[in-house]
Amino acid sequence: MADINLHNVTKTFGDYRAVNDVSLNIADGEFVALLGPSGCGKTTLLRLLAGFEEPDGGVISLAGQAVADPAAKIMVAPEDRNLGIVFQSYALWPHMSVARNVGYPLEVRKLSRADRDKRIRDALAIVSLGDYADRSPTELSGGQRQRVALARCLVMEPRAVLLDEPLANLDVHLRETMQQAFLDFHRRTGATMVYVTHDQAEAMAMADRIAVMDRGHIRQMAAPETLYREPSDNMVAGFVGAGAVLPVGGFTMQGDGRCAVRIGNADVMARISIEASTHCRAYPARMVPSNDGAAVVDGQMQHQTSLGLCLRPEDVRVDMQGNLTGMVDDCVYLGGRFRLSVRLDGQHSVPVYADQRARIGEQISLSIRDGWVFSRQEAA
Amino acid sequence: MLAVGRWLSASGLQMGGNRFSDRLLPLLFVPVIIISVLPMIRLAVEGLFVHGTPSLDYLRDVAQSSQTWRATAHSLYTAGLGTVISLLIGGAFAFLVALTDIRAKAALVFCFMIPMMIPPQITALAWVQLTGPSSALLNAIGMAPAMGSPQPLYSAEGIALLLGIQHASIVFLTLRANLRLLPREQIEAARLAGARGGRLWWQVILPLTSPGLIAGTAMAFVTALGNFGIQAMLGIPGNYITLPTLIYRKLSSFGPSALGEVSVLAMLIGLIAVVGVIIHHRLLSKRDYRLMGVVGRPLDIRLGNRRLVIEIVLWAVLVAILVVPLMALVATSLVPAFGVRLSLDNFSFDAFYQVLFVQPATIRAFHNSLLLAVGAAIVLVGVCLPLAYVIVRRPTRLTRVINLLVEIPYALPGVVLAIACILLFIRIPVLNISLYGTLAIIFVAYLARFLIIALRPVMNSFLQLDPALEEAAQACGAGVGRRLRDILLPLAAPAAAAGALLVFLTAFNELTVSALLWSAGNETLGVLIFNLDDSGDSVMASAVAVMVVGVVVALMTGFQLASRHLPKGVIPWQT
Ligand SMILES: Nc1ncnc2c1ncn2[C@@H]1O[C@H](COP(=O)(O)OP(=O)(O)O)[C@@H](O)[C@H]1O
Ligand SMILES: [Mg+2]
Repeated sequence: MADINLHNVTKTFGDYRAVNDVSLNIADGEFVALLGPSGCGKTTLLRLLAGFEEPDGGVISLAGQAVADPAAKIMVAPEDRNLGIVFQSYALWPHMSVARNVGYPLEVRKLSRADRDKRIRDALAIVSLGDYADRSPTELSGGQRQRVALARCLVMEPRAVLLDEPLANLDVHLRETMQQAFLDFHRRTGATMVYVTHDQAEAMAMADRIAVMDRGHIRQMAAPETLYREPSDNMVAGFVGAGAVLPVGGFTMQGDGRCAVRIGNADVMARISIEASTHCRAYPARMVPSNDGAAVVDGQMQHQTSLGLCLRPEDVRVDMQGNLTGMVDDCVYLGGRFRLSVRLDGQHSVPVYADQRARIGEQISLSIRDGWVFSRQEAA
Repeated sequence: MLAVGRWLSASGLQMGGNRFSDRLLPLLFVPVIIISVLPMIRLAVEGLFVHGTPSLDYLRDVAQSSQTWRATAHSLYTAGLGTVISLLIGGAFAFLVALTDIRAKAALVFCFMIPMMIPPQITALAWVQLTGPSSALLNAIGMAPAMGSPQPLYSAEGIALLLGIQHASIVFLTLRANLRLLPREQIEAARLAGARGGRLWWQVILPLTSPGLIAGTAMAFVTALGNFGIQAMLGIPGNYITLPTLIYRKLSSFGPSALGEVSVLAMLIGLIAVVGVIIHHRLLSKRDYRLMGVVGRPLDIRLGNRRLVIEIVLWAVLVAILVVPLMALVATSLVPAFGVRLSLDNFSFDAFYQVLFVQPATIRAFHNSLLLAVGAAIVLVGVCLPLAYVIVRRPTRLTRVINLLVEIPYALPGVVLAIACILLFIRIPVLNISLYGTLAIIFVAYLARFLIIALRPVMNSFLQLDPALEEAAQACGAGVGRRLRDILLPLAAPAAAAGALLVFLTAFNELTVSALLWSAGNETLGVLIFNLDDSGDSVMASAVAVMVVGVVVALMTGFQLASRHLPKGVIPWQT
């Protein structure tokens, strides 16, 4: 078991930077998900960790020891890194039995037969496939194959397990069972796990921390609830969880990390990120008196586009006394409740959960009890 | 070699961390260059230098000889007419098999492929035994033409007919591959637009399949141009001399002293082949029919009540081009003694007995061909496994170049390679030994010519192999040797075996290259049949030919039965 550190790691294919200046610290025993849209460089990052790709710059270390450092001409081959990897395609060898597939790492390490058999049995028991040892992998279902691949990682007691979209080929029902299987595996073994997925629900359900990737960059790395409540930029806010981001003109600091922002003709209380509050102070701002007499930082044009208010559906309620009005755009029944899309000021829509169906085009009053103001400008 | 070094270092940079293939590449690259490129360079040098100084003497001699241009005209005429025949037969079969609902397609395709796999000298022998006044079959049923009447196949049209039949399957294969990619929506859309019958064929299907037609035509033409077996077996008795037979004649009458002249002739035939290929590429590049739409279920045009008639015609054609000639061959091989009329109560297997157990020359030829074919199969598979691995898994500029180079010795007519090999190995510089007059020179030429046959199936199988299978083993700690042994070899084994068998099949029957490279004691089976027939011993020649056909059909059947266990694209007639 080991911690994993990446320092300014870059990988280019031709002119394209698939992984761009990524720094990342993963603690020993942590379960980290790499989340991002397809093509953002997740697989490339995982393959850099595993050693199948060589970085063009930066340093990758395992347990404090550099395994890839082009500047120092260090490149430890994958076979010498002792990392387990689970592929989306399972990558089981069709010409070997399940037991031999699982025992192959031990075979390579020249363990004695008896030792090997015992550890194969144990590993198969952990993934509940004890009875399948002599089958061919081709006779197994998708979920079973994935568990064999997991057992193959497990027997070699790797320093970390890397998983590349391991559930993408499975149907919805199996996915939940397998998620549980991965979590059990993590709890039992305490292995460091790096789990690549493009499915945010999967990442949220399983990971201790999630690293959100976009176009080769890590946008934010945080616990799932932090990511959801306090996205650091526009991309994360839009990619993680349902919700809407409204542009914000200016805000009034209220202290305690909270502020008031003006949406339409109503004031909304929201939490604000440190970057957003300092970002705006950094500009020479013109203070104007607001309705309630407090000082308002009046964002100029460039600020207006650079601040956003992230609203989650559970922060917004249909409320007869609400001071915000809008027009219902869409109404979807989710089972137990409805999700409305309500258009404010003719431009931006916000999602709202409601107990009752609403007519499309109906005028409706809302109240907002919380939100998150952040700087929409993406860190370069 | 400087350029090579630069290539190597450039590719080393691209490959990044993989030191194994860094080491492997030059190891593979050098022998591949030696056997596929060096002979061609040597050929060019021979034609353009006289006694070590650049000279156009040979070129002028050859250009001024009326023989040269007559042979060129003959070559172009027979190959051209043959290609038209191939196009008609192969095209009709491909359209009907790929687009319509005729029955028993698999059997039809299998039988249609047999002529391609039967060596040309046997095709020629079989047809000669079928027609003409001395046909055992026609005599047995009393339908032979009168003694002394000419053999109709000893003519330009006879050569063209057999070339056409032999290479119809090439057109068939390329066209069918094209037709398979034809989305049925495009044809259905045309039908909805009101196109029917002839209009549908001429305005939609034919234009869409023109890339396949052009490619098939070019391949059939180039192959027909270099088909020595048919041109020699029919042309030499009929004194109809084409370029390959002209080279053969000059070399067998004047020996190595004719090498300068025949080099120029070989270059001429190589040039015609290259021009054919260039025209083909030109024509193809003008039409970019990126087929839009999903490639789904193949089309099944209903033939309705015409289906039965069409099926009968197709099978009748197969019987005529495959079964009847082979029957004639078998009939001749059963003739009890030369000149005796065959009947149901006097046939004899004596010729088979003689060939297999008595005649030292035939026993030796079997032995030689077996040795060459098995040796070439083993060596080539041994080379192709790492070569295919590097080409597929570490694509660099260098590997792409190698991938093209290995095509040359097979794509060019066989006589070109044969002459080039004689020139290169008649006296190996530095070592000062000669391979000319030994079995080794045939072996080296086979390695060059059939490398591609072994390489393609193995490459196909690596292409279809999920790279993750190997990476998983790597993550398990397996080094490159172990990965090759435990993962790659077992998974590529079926394709490698198929490649080895294809090499065996092709080498076992080969004539063109060995016809120019053999020497007394080093005859191959192809040469044996040719020589036996040449000396008038058609009964023994037929007996050998019947056995060879038996081996070919048995191996093909074996392939067909094993096809489910082989990766896609390994069996040539199932691509
Ligand atoms: N071997 C490669 N050669 C060239 N480009 C590559 C290679 N591997 C990945 N890429 C490119 O890098 C980008 C990131 O790919 P990948 O890491 O597979 O994304 P993800 O796994 O997030 O979907 C893509 O644009 C992809 O086309
Ligand atoms: Mg991926």
